[in-house]
Amino acid sequence: MSEGSAWQWQEGDYTVTRTCGWSPPGQHPVGWGLDLYVKDNKLVRVEGEEAQPVTQGRLGIQQLELPAYVHHADRIIYPMRRDPKDRGRADKWERITWDEAFDMIVEKTRAIQAEFGNEAIFTILGTGRDLWHTVPMLTFAAFRSPNFFYPQSGWSCYGPRAAICAFSLGAGYPEIDFAAQFPDRYDNPKYTVPECILVYGKAPLESNPDGLFGHSIIDMMKRGSKLIVVDPRATWLATRAEHFLQVRPGTDAALLLAMINVIIEEGLYDQEFVEKWCYGFSELRERAREYPPSRAAEITWVPEHQIIAAARFFAASKPATVSWGLAVDQNPNGVQVAHSLCILGALTGNLDIPGGIVLGDMRGKPGPWWGFEQLPEEIAEKRLGLHEWPGVTTILSTTQPDMVLDVINTGKPYPLKMSFTMGSNPLACPSAAPQQWEEGFKKLDFNVVCDLFQTPSSEAYCDLFLPVASYAEKDGIVATHYGLLVLFIGAINKALQVGECKSDDEIMLELGKRLNPEAFPWDSVEELLDWELEGYLVPMTFKELRQAGWTVPNYEYRKYETGSQTPTGDPGFATTNGRVQFHIDVFEMFGEDPLPYYKEPPYSPVSTPELSKEYPLILTTGARTWSYFHSEQRQIPRLREINPDPLVEIHPETAAKLGIIDGDWVWIENMFGKCRQKARLTPITMPDVVMAQHGFWYPEKDASSPSLFGVYESNINNLIPHFVVGKLGFGATYKCQICKVYKADGAPA
Amino acid sequence: MRENVSSHNALLIDYEYCTGCHSCEVACKQRLDLPTGRFGIKLAQNGPWQIDGEKWEWNCVPIPTEDCDLCADRVESGKKPMCVKHCQAFCMQYGPVEHLAEQMVGKKKMCLFVP
Repeated sequence: MSEGSAWQWQEGDYTVTRTCGWSPPGQHPVGWGLDLYVKDNKLVRVEGEEAQPVTQGRLGIQQLELPAYVHHADRIIYPMRRDPKDRGRADKWERITWDEAFDMIVEKTRAIQAEFGNEAIFTILGTGRDLWHTVPMLTFAAFRSPNFFYPQSGWSCYGPRAAICAFSLGAGYPEIDFAAQFPDRYDNPKYTVPECILVYGKAPLESNPDGLFGHSIIDMMKRGSKLIVVDPRATWLATRAEHFLQVRPGTDAALLLAMINVIIEEGLYDQEFVEKWCYGFSELRERAREYPPSRAAEITWVPEHQIIAAARFFAASKPATVSWGLAVDQNPNGVQVAHSLCILGALTGNLDIPGGIVLGDMRGKPGPWWGFEQLPEEIAEKRLGLHEWPGVTTILSTTQPDMVLDVINTGKPYPLKMSFTMGSNPLACPSAAPQQWEEGFKKLDFNVVCDLFQTPSSEAYCDLFLPVASYAEKDGIVATHYGLLVLFIGAINKALQVGECKSDDEIMLELGKRLNPEAFPWDSVEELLDWELEGYLVPMTFKELRQAGWTVPNYEYRKYETGSQTPTGDPGFATTNGRVQFHIDVFEMFGEDPLPYYKEPPYSPVSTPELSKEYPLILTTGARTWSYFHSEQRQIPRLREINPDPLVEIHPETAAKLGIIDGDWVWIENMFGKCRQKARLTPITMPDVVMAQHGFWYPEKDASSPSLFGVYESNINNLIPHFVVGKLGFGATYKCQICKVYKADGAPA
Repeated sequence: MRENVSSHNALLIDYEYCTGCHSCEVACKQRLDLPTGRFGIKLAQNGPWQIDGEKWEWNCVPIPTEDCDLCADRVESGKKPMCVKHCQAFCMQYGPVEHLAEQMVGKKKMCLFVP
C-alpha cells in the first residue's frame, strides 16, 4: 500500500478511496465499508473494506455492482428540460445548464407562491436515499411550503411502526441488538448474544433494513441464537428456525395477541418491568383474553400448538429480541400489529438490554423536522391532513400521502401546482393505483425530478430533470436507521465526478441559497456535514470523521433508568406518562381503540366472501430480492441476470389446478386492475396465497408514453386500491389483497 | 509451476450458513470481467422443498468453475480470493486442502472444493 491519507491512497495505477456506502443507488443506511478503485476518473472496481467493524469486508451484490451503476450509459449526467406539452415524449428532452435549471425553478416557485401560495408547491422523497434531512429542509426552508410526503399509500413503510414508537414506546427505532455499537462487536464484555431472535414479516438478509446489516443474524446464529420466523412464506431463515409460524397475510394482530395471551396467562412475563415501567397491563390482559390461541389458530391458519410453543420459547429466552419488518406496515391493521410487537418486547423485559431490543433515544438530531421552524405558523397550519389525520401529522412532518391525490383532483382545500421529487419513482414503486397518480401529476403546472436515470415517473410527467451523483461521487454521512437509532456513523467520500451530476445536498444548498439564503448559511457541503454531525451529538468534524472512516457513538443500555431516553432527562420512556403504553391514551382522542385489536383485512375470504368467489387467492406483494432495491437496478446486467423477470410465487398444487407450469406468464387480476408476471412454482407459499414481486419496469422498453418503459405491464400496484387505509391514516393493503391468476399469452410485448 | 500454490489450495464451504446471496458469484465476475451467462463460481441449490411437517430442505453451495484460478494474483499479494472476502455469511474459507479438511471434522454440512 502506497503513501496517502487514511481514506485515500495509491495502489499501482489506481487511486483508492475508502468510503461507507449509502445512496444513490437506494439502499438502507448500513454504511458498508468499501474501497473504490478509480483510474482516469473511472470507477473500475470495488472491494469490501475489512476494517469496517460491522460489514468487515463483506458486500452485497448491489454494492459490488456499483461501477456498472455509476457508469451506465443511460445515466442522465446533465440537467435536462422538456416542455410540459411534451410530457411523455422521451425524445423531447434538451440539455441545459445548472444555472438555467435553478433559474427556472426559482422563477416558477415565485410565480406559484405569488398566485397560489407556498402550499401549492409540494415535495416528494423516496426511501433508501440520503434525503431525510434534505427534502424537509428544501420544503420548509427553501420553498417554505408545509407539504412534503413519501408517496406510498397509508404511509405503509414504517408509518404504523413510527406511530407506535411515538405513542407507545417513546423511543426511536427498536432494533435487534447486533452489537453494532461496539467496535469489538460480539466479543465486547457488555454484550450478550440473544437466545432468541423473532424475525417478524421481514427479509433482513436481502434488504438490510434500516441499517441492520442483515447477515449479522447469521453471525448471531453461529453464536447460538435461535430463531422464530413469522411469515406467509417459508423463507431460507424460516427453514433454519426453531419455530416457523406460517401466517395468513394480514392476520398478524390476532397471532400476536394470542402470544401475549399465553405469556400473561401462564405468568411468563417480567412482572417487575411491567409494574415499574408499563401502563395499562390489566386492560391489556382483558383484551388478550379475547384472543386465546384456539381463536388465533382459526384466524391465522397457524396451528394452536405452534402459537403456544413460540410464545413460551420467546418468553423463556433471556435475552430475546425482535426484528419487525414491512409486513407490519402494509396492512390497515398495521398500527395494532406494531403495538402488539412492542408489547411483546416490553412484557418480557427485553427493552434496551444487552442482546435485547436496542432503542434510539429522543434527543435532538437532524431529521424530518429540519427547517420546520422556518415556516410561519399560518403556512404550517395549511399542511395537508394536519387536522383530518392527527395520528400521522402529530408525529411525522409530512402530509397524509393518499390525500394529496384527492387534493390534486378536487382542488380542495386549495390547488396544488408544482412538485419537486428527490429519489422517488412513484408510478413504478410506492404508489397504489399508479395510473391515477400519473393523471394527477400531469395536472400540475411544473414537475421537477432529481434522480440518476429516467424512470417511468420522470418520463411520464416531469419537465425538469436534475442529475444526481451516486455515493461514489459525493461527500456525505451515513448514520444507521436514518438517524433514529444511531449505532454507527460513517463518512461517505467522493472518489470521482461523473458529468455535471451534483449530490442531493449540493442541490439543496444551491437551491436553498437562491430561494431563502438566510436559512442556508452553509457555504459548502463540508460545513453542512459538520453541522449534521453536531446534530447527531458526534464531537467530530466531517474531516475528522473521514480520517477515522467511521465512529461508533457510545451506546447506553437501560436508558429508561438513567433518564437518557427522554428529552427532559427524566427516567422512563418519552410517552405522555413516561411508561410504555399498553393502553395508548392519546388514541382515544384520535377516535382509535387505545388497546391492540385484530381487524380482518378489508378484502379477504372472510370479509369479502362474494368477491373471493371471483378472486379466490390471497395476494401478498413485494418480497425482497437480492438484486434490487425496490424499482432500482433493473438496468444493471449482472443484477438483472439473477432476477430477469417479475415473479409471482404460486404453490405447485394451485398451479396444477390452474393449468400453469413453472415459467408461464400469467395474469394476476382483481377488481382494481391486473398485471402480468412470470409464474414461479414453489412450495414455500401456501396453496391459497400468491406472492407477486413489486417495482418491476423495463428500462429496455419504449420510454415514451403510453409504454413508459412498460411500467403498467407487470406492476402489482395496479391491484392495490387508492386510500384503503387504517383508522389513523396508516397502513394499506399491499400485503393483504385478493386476486385470481390465469395463464397469459406470453410475456408483455 | 510454483510450490504450494493453486493445485494444493482449496475452498471450504460451510453450507449450513450459505444464504444464497450471490455475492461470491458477482464479486468473482467483477474480477474476471465475465459477461452475463458465464461464472467463475456459481450457486447450486437443493430445495426448497418440505421434508415433513416442520422440516425443510434448502441448502445452497457455490461451486467453482473452470474459470476459477483461486484468485492466484490476489493471494500472492496477501489478499483473500474475491468470493471468500465478500461472502456475507462468512461461510467460505481458502487455504491448503489438508488444513481445510481438518476443519470439516465434527461439523456437518461442509463441502471442500479443489478447483
